[in-house]
Amino acid sequence: MIITKSKAPEKILEMTKPYKKIFIVGCGTCSTACQTGGEEQVKEMAERLGVKVIGKVVVESPCDLRLVKRDLGGSKQLLEEADALLVLSCGAGAQALAEQTGKIIIPGLDTIFVGKIERIGRFYERCRACADCVIYETGGICPIVRCSKGLLNGPCGGQAHGKCEAGGHTRDCAWVLIYNALKQQGRLALFTKFRPPMDRSKKAQPQEVVSR
Amino acid sequence: MPREAYSELMKTIVAGRFVFTGEIEPKKTAHFDDVIRVAKALKGYTVACNVTDNPRAQAYLSSLSVAHIVQKETGMETICQMTVRDRNRLALFSELLGAAALGIRNVLTMSGDHTSLSDNPGAMPVYDIDTAQFVYMVRRMVDEGVDLEGNKIDGKVKLHVGIVGNPNADPLEVELLKIERKVKIGADFMQTQVVFDVEKAKGFLKEMKRHSIPVLLGIFPCKSYGVAEFISKNVPGISVPKDFMEELKKAEEIEDNSRRKSRVEDVNVRYFTDFISEVKRTTHASGIHIMAVGYESVVKTLVESVSK
Repeated sequence: MIITKSKAPEKILEMTKPYKKIFIVGCGTCSTACQTGGEEQVKEMAERLGVKVIGKVVVESPCDLRLVKRDLGGSKQLLEEADALLVLSCGAGAQALAEQTGKIIIPGLDTIFVGKIERIGRFYERCRACADCVIYETGGICPIVRCSKGLLNGPCGGQAHGKCEAGGHTRDCAWVLIYNALKQQGRLALFTKFRPPMDRSKKAQPQEVVSR
Repeated sequence: MPREAYSELMKTIVAGRFVFTGEIEPKKTAHFDDVIRVAKALKGYTVACNVTDNPRAQAYLSSLSVAHIVQKETGMETICQMTVRDRNRLALFSELLGAAALGIRNVLTMSGDHTSLSDNPGAMPVYDIDTAQFVYMVRRMVDEGVDLEGNKIDGKVKLHVGIVGNPNADPLEVELLKIERKVKIGADFMQTQVVFDVEKAKGFLKEMKRHSIPVLLGIFPCKSYGVAEFISKNVPGISVPKDFMEELKKAEEIEDNSRRKSRVEDVNVRYFTDFISEVKRTTHASGIHIMAVGYESVVKTLVESVSK
């Protein structure tokens, strides 16, 4: 899930100020799950902005152009009229809408990370999309995202009593978690395996998957 | 076959002599005066001294520049600390070539305190490679004359690569496995985190015996009771012995300035002379790394006391 947070209301008001006609687009998938861009939040935002809002739609997944076309198909006239789109989705959804509509985009949310949802208000980062998953070797725990330093051969000297120095020894040290998991799985030999430097070229340019 | 020793540090260790190393911490300044003054105070008592690389992620005068100027101006060898926090593999490699070209023969590889602890907390933490990979980089440079990708280096690279170990680590097993990984890659020497408890130091060295890596134990003479208390409260895993702290506290009650300083020094020298003598007598430690930043005056007295 892509975890998002609402921008401060004053920030949104500042960005919407120059425009007279605003169309709000929500997200029916991740932002609905986060309660940042679902039906309810889109309705609240429309009430807050008042008469400026000329239309609103929650697209099932604004990052999927097929669904954008399907869900916004009925609002063509209003979209054309709108000065700007206020988008309550992650950055991928907001940019897909920018490319699709050519309209001025006002992002209503900040994209925080790819993570798991425990419950509303409890979101945890679990993937950095590094393009080279190693969790088979690390007890199902990603050292790239869960170690504050992203070390492939940890831990560093900053762990104490299994806690990480970043953030003042409150969060678990990923490498102590990895050690415990591998030990429990009877695969501790994997802990001392030397992992060579990552090939960062996989993430050095905007990524595309074009397979057909 | 043992590797060739390029530095005074490694030559002395290989010769079987117990070594002392010191520490210089460059600050936020564009002047070398202070680091040269400290280096001069340590010279003759430590075989080499570490030059810290932006400790606690504070942006300071660069370790490589200080390591160079200290060697040039005082003739004392340095151990240039390099963290993987602030530079990617290109910059680290380039700094290593620069260090070798400047005649620096020892580098100490470190992760570096996280940028969240920095005086510039908005900085991007780099960590392109980790310390194990950094050790591997140095090994390839020295042993094969190539960079990480196998590209040839012109001329021989003469560097020794050090690692850090923490006898206070809890869980210790995780620390020991991490060290094992780096020893296998080919680290040349180890300096440890500060340790006060001699039994803890001995236990750690016992574990290190199975590795053929020289170990220098880190110690931290305390300039005042306040410093000791700060370490005890703020450095996880390190407990400063109560008796030692009490003695420091008592010494600080002396009103006369110079008598008070002398008494505090006595307390430190007595404690650490006992510590070092016990380590020398009962373990295979190659030496002691004295971290007396801001308290370099104690190094001379301590080394003389131990050498009696």
